[in-house]
Amino acid sequence: MTVVGELGARAEIIEPPSEDTVLDVRDMWMRYGTTDVLTGITFQAHRGEVLALLSPNGAGKTTTIEILEGFRMRSAGHVRVLGVDPQRGDERWRARLGVVLQSWRDHGKWRVRELLAHLGTYYAPYSTDRIHRPWDVDALVEAVGLTEHAGKRIGRLSGGQRRRLDVAIGIVGRPELLFLDEPTAGFDPEARREFHDLVHRLSDIDETTILLTTHDLDEAEKLADRILILAGGSIIANGSADELARRMSTDAEVRWTQGTARFVHASADATRFVRELFQQYGEAIGDLEVRRASLEDTYMALVREHEAGRGEAAVRAFEKAAR
Amino acid sequence: MNTMLAAVRAGVSRGWIELRQTFRNGQDLWTYLFPAIAFTLVVVFMGGAKVPGTTFSLGSRTLPSALGMGIAFGGLVTLAQVLTVEREDGTLLRAKAVPNGMLGYLIGKIVLVSSMTIIGLVLQVTPGLFLLDGLTLGHTGTWLTMAWVVPLGLMATLPLGATIGSLFSNPRNFGLVMLPIFGLVATSGIFYPITNYPAWLQVIGQIFPIYWLGLGMRSALLPPEMAAAEIGHSWRHLQTLGVLGVWAVLGLVVAPIVLRRMARRESGSSVAARRERALQRVT
Repeated sequence: MTVVGELGARAEIIEPPSEDTVLDVRDMWMRYGTTDVLTGITFQAHRGEVLALLSPNGAGKTTTIEILEGFRMRSAGHVRVLGVDPQRGDERWRARLGVVLQSWRDHGKWRVRELLAHLGTYYAPYSTDRIHRPWDVDALVEAVGLTEHAGKRIGRLSGGQRRRLDVAIGIVGRPELLFLDEPTAGFDPEARREFHDLVHRLSDIDETTILLTTHDLDEAEKLADRILILAGGSIIANGSADELARRMSTDAEVRWTQGTARFVHASADATRFVRELFQQYGEAIGDLEVRRASLEDTYMALVREHEAGRGEAAVRAFEKAAR
Repeated sequence: MNTMLAAVRAGVSRGWIELRQTFRNGQDLWTYLFPAIAFTLVVVFMGGAKVPGTTFSLGSRTLPSALGMGIAFGGLVTLAQVLTVEREDGTLLRAKAVPNGMLGYLIGKIVLVSSMTIIGLVLQVTPGLFLLDGLTLGHTGTWLTMAWVVPLGLMATLPLGATIGSLFSNPRNFGLVMLPIFGLVATSGIFYPITNYPAWLQVIGQIFPIYWLGLGMRSALLPPEMAAAEIGHSWRHLQTLGVLGVWAVLGLVVAPIVLRRMARRESGSSVAARRERALQRVT
């Protein structure tokens, strides 16, 4: 696990890019007028990895993704997406990317299957020995759960169905790298579960690298191999959900019953607390439950510290815990 | 080149798919029929009016002029409007996210708008066949002239329309474009011969393609002696070719630059910002 903090610490942390480095971002800056939106973003992603980018609104999440998608020029820094600088990415490079856009009312007169078949034809000449492009339309429609609605006009789809279509459009070219900007907004729990299965399938079977943003921390925890927390224009934490939760020194919560009474206690060292609890009361303890700090707790703690202007202190404490 | 060819083919099929869609909804059908209905009403109101100084029916003189205007409207207004709307709703951004998608998108629009314009022309000529006399519809020369005037007119106006469409990011500001275009129609001798205007107004009218499209269509559909009523007492085919050609070349040079600049600025957040603005206006 790495934590990116002070300027000086950066160089030691980053390993040189290897064969399967899909995203390589080093010290990326973005300035609008006199405002620095991104102040030195650094991270990498490897083939088949799922990264979740979490951040409070307005912290530069969209800017970061749009620079990587090649839709926006960065101010400074070294960026390689699939080995190519996104500012110079040609159509061959574009064919290897998938972008899931937030749709609104475009292509309202088109039918679901018709649009997917049409968009797929652009990818056909970019087929390789390893990846057959595009995705077979009927299989794709089924993979996103739109089979019943394949012949429907897009303007008549519900919000959740449209979102599934957005995902289908994003993956129709069988991308090696997929950008998902808040993919499950408007999904019901079942659709969400199906979408999670699809993401697992893409990353496990097709080795698709995925960078997703979400406000649902539970989702980030379920899907992502690694979580990046972006606040104040830089990445303040980078690690698996487990690592983040364990190493951020938040207390675990211990709950138990004794007779008919219920107890809750927060402890930094839950194991020791429970041992002592049993030594003292033994068999009288029931319904024991130890809950580690959730990703949400960790996230809130990190962001709050950062916003309070104590970001540096939080990062240092975090770094210390990581060693 | 293989990849470009795939995009061109995808663009043509996109145009056809969207053309088929226009036959299935009321709004588009109305767009097709409105000029034909409006023109029929105009002819009925004109009654037996003659072109001043001749015995030729004013209605028959107006039909080819109106057809010329229809081509200009198709190329300029329809394309510009489609571009601004589809830029706002994110269609263009989708095209940008697909390899060679912008090329396919533009070809699709050219196929769609050209076909819609030609369908509009046919619908407008049809009532004229029954109501008007003196049109030279049976002559080969008529069709030969139209065979170069119509495509050249589309080539002169489509890139211009694409340029205008790229400059407006808000479809609701489109009225700003319509006003000068209506002004141009008035000075282009569509409904009233330009020869009666003051000289300076005639010069302005002759700078823009609408006048030449009207003239070109008149030269195709009216008997040769009607040329006497035009400037210089001639159909001026060479000048028509020249002016429309210059507009086509100019447009083909400028449009890609403006389009590329516009496309470069499209991103998820710019579409989202426009959506916010549009939704705020609704509520």
